[in-house]
Amino acid sequence: MTNNLSSKLLNININFMKLRYLAFGLSAVLLLVSIGSLATQGLRLGLDFTGGTLVELHYTNSPNLEEVRGQLETAGYEQFVVQNFGSSHDVLIRLNQGFSPEVGEQVRSLLDTQNADKVELTRAEFVGAQVGDELRDQGGLGMLVAMLCIMVYVAFRFQYKFAVGSVLALVHDVIILLGFFSVFRIDFDLTVLAALLAVVGYSINDTIVVYDRIRENFRKIREGTVSELINLSINQTLIRTTITSITTLLVVVTLFLLGGEMIHNFALALMVGILVGTYSSIYIAGTLLLSMKVSREDLAIPIKEGVLEEDGRP
Amino acid sequence: MLNRYPLWKNLLILLVIGIGAIYALPNLYPEDPAVQISGTRGSIEITNTDLNRAEQALEKAGISVLEASLEGNSGLIRLLADDQQLAAREVIQQSLGEKYVVALSQAATTPEWLVNLGARGVNLGLDLRGGVHFLMEVDMDAAVKQQLEVTASEIRATLRKERLRFRKVAVEAGQIEVLLASAEDLDKARRLLQVDRQDYTFNADDSGLLLITMNEQAIRNLEDYAVDQNLTTLRNRVNELGVAEPLVQRSGRNRIVVELPGVQDTASAKRILGATANLEFRLEANRNAETFDTETFGFRDQPNRTAVLERDIITTGNNVANASVGFDENNKPQVNIRLNGQGGRFMSDATKNNVGRSMAVLFIEHKTRTRIVEQEGERIEVREPYTEQGIISLATIQSQLGSSFRITGSGSVQEASELSLLLRAGALAAPIYFVEERTIGPSLGQKNIEQGVTSIQIGLALVVIFMLAWYRVFGIFACVALTTNLVLLVALLSVLGATLTLPGIAGIVLTLGMAVDANVLINARIKEEMYHRGLSPQNAIHSGYEKAFATILDANITTFLVAIILFSIGTGPVKGFAVTLSLGLLTSMFTAILVTRLMVNWVYGGRRIERISL
Repeated sequence: MTNNLSSKLLNININFMKLRYLAFGLSAVLLLVSIGSLATQGLRLGLDFTGGTLVELHYTNSPNLEEVRGQLETAGYEQFVVQNFGSSHDVLIRLNQGFSPEVGEQVRSLLDTQNADKVELTRAEFVGAQVGDELRDQGGLGMLVAMLCIMVYVAFRFQYKFAVGSVLALVHDVIILLGFFSVFRIDFDLTVLAALLAVVGYSINDTIVVYDRIRENFRKIREGTVSELINLSINQTLIRTTITSITTLLVVVTLFLLGGEMIHNFALALMVGILVGTYSSIYIAGTLLLSMKVSREDLAIPIKEGVLEEDGRP
Repeated sequence: MLNRYPLWKNLLILLVIGIGAIYALPNLYPEDPAVQISGTRGSIEITNTDLNRAEQALEKAGISVLEASLEGNSGLIRLLADDQQLAAREVIQQSLGEKYVVALSQAATTPEWLVNLGARGVNLGLDLRGGVHFLMEVDMDAAVKQQLEVTASEIRATLRKERLRFRKVAVEAGQIEVLLASAEDLDKARRLLQVDRQDYTFNADDSGLLLITMNEQAIRNLEDYAVDQNLTTLRNRVNELGVAEPLVQRSGRNRIVVELPGVQDTASAKRILGATANLEFRLEANRNAETFDTETFGFRDQPNRTAVLERDIITTGNNVANASVGFDENNKPQVNIRLNGQGGRFMSDATKNNVGRSMAVLFIEHKTRTRIVEQEGERIEVREPYTEQGIISLATIQSQLGSSFRITGSGSVQEASELSLLLRAGALAAPIYFVEERTIGPSLGQKNIEQGVTSIQIGLALVVIFMLAWYRVFGIFACVALTTNLVLLVALLSVLGATLTLPGIAGIVLTLGMAVDANVLINARIKEEMYHRGLSPQNAIHSGYEKAFATILDANITTFLVAIILFSIGTGPVKGFAVTLSLGLLTSMFTAILVTRLMVNWVYGGRRIERISL
């Protein structure tokens, strides 16, 4: 990468406005698939939200999962899921039944006696159904409150059309991310919820940078149509949007590959979320403004920024 | 002159970085495995003699000691090897005896000058160090019912004292029902009972039944009291369990969080924490006693034997001041009990006139069975509270009893010592049940730390390489800022005493990824000012920082809003993530804008330059 290349990149001029119907079409398809999947099969909620009991065991050998299932069945356990967790030595057992203090140890010793090598209890978790419900409600509520706060802030700093645009872009990201977890039947647990909220934070950050530039250009450049100005702004921020996504993705991919099983889904959610968030900031957020017929007059009164630019701070 | 910071600004920035570095430093010192020795009660002080005894015992068991020291009221013995911690605890406990609590602990190795500055390492969450997390809910219905039982007992006493004959005083469906022998007494009884009972509402129904219900406000107060009381009791019990740095905290209206780092034996921790065992001392009923004044109980270890006891309680385990395990003449375990002043008075009053009668010690345990049933496709949790009551001893009162006595018949040594522990630590004001539990093995904790640290290192390295390749010298600035950001973030987390969890580490990693964003914005802007607007490098730097600032601020404030909301609604893991994310945003604003500017000014500022390496 030479100076030449990066300065050439500054002159990128892609006509995003022309691409917008394509982008809207793609988004529409993604949204339809997501909503469809969410409506028909919903999310595969993790233990945190459904309540129940989970036991993670570490085997010295690699156990046959079928055998483990059989052993549990003979011992009278009902409605359980047995799966590998991370490696073939680690086994995760989800029980659908109530909890007693000894359940983790019971399961461990049961399987230990039937296994040639030692079986160790890595972790045991129990979440009451009521707690799960509350967490789910809190999560949903948190999302709504977050979006509301963002809307108010953006409306205050920019203008209400920008607020609607940014929140619509956010809703777009959230639905597609939820849809991803629904379509691929990936466990949606508390860490994924955290990731989802982080994506909200990341995506709004991206969108605001684009909007900021649109606001600046609206006030500064007197010629050109609204569509041209928005397109210019997106192009001007394109490099920054891409580079930030790349650096963030670099660490998120590292987390995904090396962070361990417990934050695997967290990292996955961030990965997908950042891709979708970046896409929506480039293709959706700006063009939504055009659809809402934003005009120069919407931003006519220069607020603080004008002062900031002129006071020539050191 | 463009792009020069005044001296004070330079110094201030360097000062902040310096302070940050000092407070982040303790995290570089690894912790020693250690055991902590303290007295079961605050009054017991650990002395050098105790420490010496412990050290000698360890030596005999072949466990090498790194250092033993007194720290305030407790002693700390640092060990050489991690895997000897458990064995060391047992050895010391045996040599010192029951008056001492020996807990597993991790001792910091931070040098003294740092400790004096108040610097300490960041707290590790349970998922990083292993341990148990419990969320418990206080059974409010049971708390109210218990209070009503007590009041009913008082009412019976009052009525008897005033010679108002009654057919029934009982708690039914959340209220006390009083049925007097003659209807004429109703008003008198009502007037009498209403004295000093503002918490209750009195109603008479047509059939002459007096219904006494608790007021809404009184119930609320009682609930608060029950939760607070349970918190205290749980703290006492946790102390008895011997856990270093436990957390016992109220959460919401009726929940309590308990976190016990390093505890692996959840089953016994849970049994002791959740036990609502209590004792009641009651007289055996006279033969001619009215049946509504008596209750029949079985014996705990003799299923077929029963005894008829008076309904009135002399005193309960709540009035126990101290309890310990001893052995009787036949070498059977016994529990030595000392009552507090009030309990002692009750006991001596009750036994004074009843020498020759029998007194029973009744063991009461509130338990809950939790089942999950499928109902119309929904999974519903069903809790069935039930009470186990059994007589553990029934003995003739030989003489008037005072505040000290002993009870036998409590079973094995283990049962006797658990009973004495529960009596010492106090009873729970209301039954509690577990609504959430997480046990994390120590190996998992270690693995989580290692993976977290590796991800941070590699993630950071990748970002650094990318930034250097893309932005050259300005990339170096950004990378120095990024590293400074990590140092400051760690320092802040340590100073604030925040708890670092796995999602917290993820938050750090994410912040690092996003922290370069500010620099990307600035650098992109500088380039633009140069190549598009044709500004000189010096002016471009100035204007680039200036213009990017507003954008950075807007973008970060919105993300910060999200982090705050995450924090306020989130529990455990989500909270940890929110804390690191929001702190990271703050530190990244500082490093990405001020620290890089400082470097840019040093390298390029205040002189004529033709080109910059960007």
